[in-house]
Amino acid sequence: MDRRTFIKNAGVAAIASTGPWYLKSGLTQSGPIRIGLLAPLTGVVASGGREIVEGFNLYWDRNGKKAGGREVQIIVEDDASNPDTALQKARRLVEQSKAHFLIGNLLANTGLAVAEYVKGNGVPYFIPVIAADDLTQRKRIPNVIRVAGYTASQMPRPLADYSFKKKGYRKIVTISQDYTFGHEQCGGFSQVFTELGGTIVAQHWHPLNTQDFSPYLAQIQGANPDAVFAMETGADATRLIQQWANFGLKGKIPLLGAQNTSDQSVIRTLGAEAEGILSSAHFAEGTDNPVTRKFVAEYERAYSKLPSLYGFSHYSGALWLAQALEAVKGNVEDRAKFLDAVRKTELTNSPLGATVKLDAYGNPVYDISIREVQKRPDGRFWNVPVASYPQVSQFWTYKPEEYLKQPPYSRTFQGIKKA
Amino acid sequence: MMTPARRFAYSLAGLVALAAVPTLFPGYHTSLATEMLIFAVLAMSIDILAGYAGRTPLCHGAIFGVATYVVLYYVTVEQGNPWVAVGLGILAATLTAVVFALLAIRTSGVYFLLLTLALGMVVWGVCNRWTSVTGGENGLRGTVRPEWLADQADLYYFVLAATSAAALGMWRFVNSPFGLTLRGIRESEPRMRTLGYNVPLHLFIGFVVSGFFAGVAGALYAFFNSFVSPSTVALAQSVEGLLMAIVGGVGTLFGGLVGAFLIIALENVVSSWTERWSMVLGLMFVFTMIFAPEGVLGKVRAVLGRRARPIPPRNS
Repeated sequence: MDRRTFIKNAGVAAIASTGPWYLKSGLTQSGPIRIGLLAPLTGVVASGGREIVEGFNLYWDRNGKKAGGREVQIIVEDDASNPDTALQKARRLVEQSKAHFLIGNLLANTGLAVAEYVKGNGVPYFIPVIAADDLTQRKRIPNVIRVAGYTASQMPRPLADYSFKKKGYRKIVTISQDYTFGHEQCGGFSQVFTELGGTIVAQHWHPLNTQDFSPYLAQIQGANPDAVFAMETGADATRLIQQWANFGLKGKIPLLGAQNTSDQSVIRTLGAEAEGILSSAHFAEGTDNPVTRKFVAEYERAYSKLPSLYGFSHYSGALWLAQALEAVKGNVEDRAKFLDAVRKTELTNSPLGATVKLDAYGNPVYDISIREVQKRPDGRFWNVPVASYPQVSQFWTYKPEEYLKQPPYSRTFQGIKKA
Repeated sequence: MMTPARRFAYSLAGLVALAAVPTLFPGYHTSLATEMLIFAVLAMSIDILAGYAGRTPLCHGAIFGVATYVVLYYVTVEQGNPWVAVGLGILAATLTAVVFALLAIRTSGVYFLLLTLALGMVVWGVCNRWTSVTGGENGLRGTVRPEWLADQADLYYFVLAATSAAALGMWRFVNSPFGLTLRGIRESEPRMRTLGYNVPLHLFIGFVVSGFFAGVAGALYAFFNSFVSPSTVALAQSVEGLLMAIVGGVGTLFGGLVGAFLIIALENVVSSWTERWSMVLGLMFVFTMIFAPEGVLGKVRAVLGRRARPIPPRNS
């Protein structure tokens, strides 16, 4: 900084600090609403990260970058799939770019790092994909809201119910990536399945980025279960499904998946290997619901691919925020009011075709579909709903107060009921 | 060598410039500068081994991270006093360095590199899998720094003071007679042995001291970041620290400061322009290696030295 700019800056700083009487009212409502969007554009989940940006932008591109009478400015930062980078970028968005609020992140550890940061300064932070249970259960942060998101254990529970009651499975093996997101999804599944009377024969935990699944597949074959529940994300999901078919298990043992295992981001690179996988989720790109159909068609037109969970969730997130911004007439500076509006928002125009709202703990309640991977006439594969569970909350059929007394799901606690 | 008076003047000027940062660049840039200072300590600690003892380590990210983990664990899980936590963190890092040193000092060159890499990966593996203590992939979170350091500028001054003290300590260390023996080992191990020096012992002490300072940096990082996850102890962290030392100039000690500033600044500037920022960084490393293999500070010294003294006296 040379002397002249220093003097200029000092002058501006002096004016800014001495002149609140006319600047205060002027500054609070002027200028655009700055949204900080954090997404992993590099690193292990980069492809999902790009879909976050695509989904979020799709809304604003179609509806104009305006909400509540103010311009909307979206500042995208790359979290590099790394929590330390995510934290650094969140600081930069808030402290340098002066973002009014943050949204995004994909990996739970990046989201938890940012959540810890905003806990200290009260900046609103929205997490359509970060599914860590405790953010809307035991460790809630008032300014962290799961708009258009879900908790990890919420989604697989209907599938457990369906496998036991409709499919008649009694013995199931789970295989999952060994981290919290996996522990929580397997926990949700195993608890419901064993409480109904089923047995979890074995649980396999493998490190992220496993190249070779053959040791696990051999053990699964040996256990001879009625079905296998697989909780995999990204490249691990692709590899497991491929090796499952190569091993000759496809067609012999039914494969059930967490919603991310058969997410569009995974199966679009696969062929017939993925056909027939059952999973449960709030979003199914192959539904015949006209509202969802329209969204899927628009997304396909814009990016020439079917929307994945990441794109869908951030599109819905943008819808949600736009609606809340309208409600407060663009006054994001009043954080308390804005957060309140976000919590009270009932998303009537969700691409799900049904109204979505938050439960008392800040997690959306959804109609959850059991989905099957099927082939479209054009040869692409997608998830088609085959059954539906209305109004599933993060607590399933449990009483929230009682449910919260049990420890969070982990490798060692899976909620398995001993027969 | 510089005269003590000039050295003092330079250090004072540097300190004054650094002390002005929160006033001139408040907000985000101050927190960035804080991070730079912390990584400068890490880079300098690596330089003790890489530059002075001639052993290039790839485990300092892990040693650094051990301190961060211990501080966060002690404060957030055990509800302990942050200062006790800092002490425990540095102690844990030093002990890790002791174990690593015992295993690694008998090797040199590429074997030393690979062995330290493997040891670092062990720490990473433990942090990743020992979920009940380290929180696994999700890491540990929570504010550790005491109330009076809550403000960004205050934290910066605190880190600046700690960094200065650590830098002074390391500078004294590498310029002590003991530091000279490390340089002797770098130049010729057999000769040092023939002269009667206990080479493994000297390397051991050098390694542990270097680990101690990496631990100081790690403890400061816990204060700064309020968060730790396996990525803090990952190989990438060790490599980044080493790159900072190399870009600044190995064997210059304060090159670590220059390297940390350059790399963190570049990472932040470039990443706001393009998502291919890692490519730009890579190119920068390549060009540094071609045009200034002695590092930025090394190059500057060489240029200044050439201008000031056309014929360098051999016996200075």
